[in-house]
Amino acid sequence: MRNYIIKRILLSILILFCVTFIIYVLMRSLPASYVETMAMQLSQLQGAKPYDELLAQLNAQYGLDQSVPMGYVTWLMDALTGNFGDSWKWNVPVITEFKNSIGLSIVMGGISFILELVIAIPLGIVAATRQNSRTDYTITAAALVGISLPTFFFATLLKLLFSVKLGWFDLYGLVGRNYAQLDAMGQFLDKANHLVLPIATLVIVSVGSLVRYTRTNMLEVLNADYIRTARAKGLSEHVVIYKHAFRNTLIPLVTIVGGSLPGLFTGALITETLFSLPGIGYNSYQSMVAGDIPFTMFYLAFLAIMTLASNLLSDILYAVVDPRVRIS
Amino acid sequence: MSEAIKKNSANEPEQQYSLNDDRRVKVLSPGAMVAKRFFRNRLAVVGLTMLVIMFLFSFVGGLVSPYGQDQQFYTTTTLKLDYAGVTENSSYRYTVADGQEFGALLQAQLISAINDGATEFTYKDVTYTVVEEAPEVYTVYQGNTLLVLAAKDIFTVADGSEDPGFQLRLDAIRANANGETEFTSDGTDYTIDEDGNVMQAGTEVGYIGRYVVSASNGNNTGITKDFREQLVEAIEADQEEFTYTDATGTEAEYFITYDPSINSWKITQMTETQIYDRYSSPSAEHWLGTDTNGMDMLTRLMYGGRVSLVIGFIVVIIAGVLGVLLGGVAGYFGHWVDNLIMRVVDVFYCIPSMPIIIILGSTMDALNVDPQLRMLYLMLILGFLSWPSIARLVRGQILSLREQEFMTAAEACGISAWHRIVRHLIPNVIPQLIVTCTMSLGSTIITEATLSFLGLGVKFPFASWGNIINDVNDAFVMTNYLFIWIPAGICLLVTVLGFNFVGDGLRDAFDPKMKR
Repeated sequence: MRNYIIKRILLSILILFCVTFIIYVLMRSLPASYVETMAMQLSQLQGAKPYDELLAQLNAQYGLDQSVPMGYVTWLMDALTGNFGDSWKWNVPVITEFKNSIGLSIVMGGISFILELVIAIPLGIVAATRQNSRTDYTITAAALVGISLPTFFFATLLKLLFSVKLGWFDLYGLVGRNYAQLDAMGQFLDKANHLVLPIATLVIVSVGSLVRYTRTNMLEVLNADYIRTARAKGLSEHVVIYKHAFRNTLIPLVTIVGGSLPGLFTGALITETLFSLPGIGYNSYQSMVAGDIPFTMFYLAFLAIMTLASNLLSDILYAVVDPRVRIS
Repeated sequence: MSEAIKKNSANEPEQQYSLNDDRRVKVLSPGAMVAKRFFRNRLAVVGLTMLVIMFLFSFVGGLVSPYGQDQQFYTTTTLKLDYAGVTENSSYRYTVADGQEFGALLQAQLISAINDGATEFTYKDVTYTVVEEAPEVYTVYQGNTLLVLAAKDIFTVADGSEDPGFQLRLDAIRANANGETEFTSDGTDYTIDEDGNVMQAGTEVGYIGRYVVSASNGNNTGITKDFREQLVEAIEADQEEFTYTDATGTEAEYFITYDPSINSWKITQMTETQIYDRYSSPSAEHWLGTDTNGMDMLTRLMYGGRVSLVIGFIVVIIAGVLGVLLGGVAGYFGHWVDNLIMRVVDVFYCIPSMPIIIILGSTMDALNVDPQLRMLYLMLILGFLSWPSIARLVRGQILSLREQEFMTAAEACGISAWHRIVRHLIPNVIPQLIVTCTMSLGSTIITEATLSFLGLGVKFPFASWGNIINDVNDAFVMTNYLFIWIPAGICLLVTVLGFNFVGDGLRDAFDPKMKR
């Protein structure tokens, strides 16, 4: 087991190098970047140097005058010591900006993840135990509707209904206009109020796949021989389902739930952008659109690490939870 | 095989066959079995219907619609447009005699002399004599030379007449100011009527008045003398609007507003103007109204559907071909080929696709890539980023199929490798592939719509359901013009839902363990 984990981690590190290199090459080969825009702006100031000279100066300042492989090595060496450079867009070290924005994303991701679990697992089990009934059809169809809803359309509908028509929430942002005048409790409630719609969007758009996953696995377990045996023994249906079947359904569930834990840190890019919430997703969206290489590099590397971590975590959990699995 | 045999006695109850007669049973091919199971699934049939409707809507609708996707519509509206400005002259205007000069400094000296009631003033050791010819009409002499005429009344040359010269102007203005109706200038007799018209033997030479009328478009020829007279009358009578009938008998209504700060009147006219028919509400001509550019919404929706569906299909085909090829090669050959391809897949899996597409999209924005070319790039990028999951699926399927008994049997029968792949391996991979591709069609359409919504995907003039909804970034459109974005969102939802229902139904139908 330990050898397996070590092997997987080493492989993950190798993949991470490849991924960051590809991303770095991509970022560097993009023709229009933040630097060019900035050089253009600076050259239009009165008494400024010509554009070419400014561009060369800025390129040197931002380390873009190196060749791409050398630049990657420099970036990697800095990154390994935890120095990701200064963000061009935010004018602070990348890490500082990351620390400023990650908290909100974790809170949002965490709350919606818990809500998803609380909603999805019971619904999935109910649908599976009453397979082909009207309840099952309704739940399956509703789950598919949730999967098919485009985030931006659904978020706009929610805004129209709850912000515009009912006036319960603000359209954008994390804090209201009179935030500064509120006491600590009021500030907390204000923030919570602003998070209701984004979290509702996140939950409804992504709960569907978890419902379907639970249902499929529950169905598989219910068709297993030991369930028939349990029924043949004369156990009550309640015991069969919640003691014998549900526990076995937990195996794939724990795997997938564990696997999606690292995803909580990556932020919800589209939802945060739609609601202008200053989380990691929205900040990196703005950085990406502005061509801010240091922040984007950091964010993409961070996403890659989280993806690898979740793959690793779900594989390990699979082996830990299910005693039948032997990893060689 | 027992599953494939169904008793069919319900259809042919009359005929009697012996118990072991083959005609008593109906044999269904595996394909027919799948179809049968599929059509029994209510959700799948609903999904299929939704898809058929959306396809007809997008591909046939565009042909049926009488409008083009970027045809703009106009509407006429009456706008109050500025027509003319009228100022009552309250300061002296100077008419300089031929060959003389009277600069701004001298003008200032003259004004102060007039205000003081002085008859002469001195400037730079030169003495000027001021003569009051009539009320508010002054002439200035230097010695005996007439320099300038200063008056508040203005002599305007009649349409088509020649400039009458300084002397006539002076005589006419003086006569008018003194209330005379006849005067003689240079030995010619002139008359002045009550409107200030200066006539010579029945021909109009010019007219005198306090009001300066200038057309707002700078073209004074539109303002005839007749119009001017009536306008001045209306102003003097403090009317707020007046109607003018021109020589051809056309009536037009004008509105007069007085602006005290600049001491002038503004004449506005209700004019029919052609403008883009923006955000017009649903009507008989435009069933879903028009959008921000005055284009028919329903037609845009149809063409948008075409774009979304075509992009979805092309992306899935690119991803499918790449995935099947690489996954198939990896699964069939195994060993180091498998290892190599699967590590590439691992790397691609880790590349966050949404951020990459956003970065590339904003780069294309900066480069002003042609919208058509941009659509092509979008398809290539999306296709190239989504093949790894299909490759993984195909490889896994082939790996597990290789180990099954029927493959061993096929090999034992001496069937060639090529035949084994084409006849036995691929048909078993296809069902899973179709299901995955159907589901990913839906998610690709959502991805494309999201990008277009963010303004990084399909661009104007092409329509896409995503960029139609993009209009809601204007909160006013979001709250007031529901007909702009709700239909596009519903189309999107229905299409994606259709693909998901059908994919789900196919998955169940292909699964031989399914009992229904």
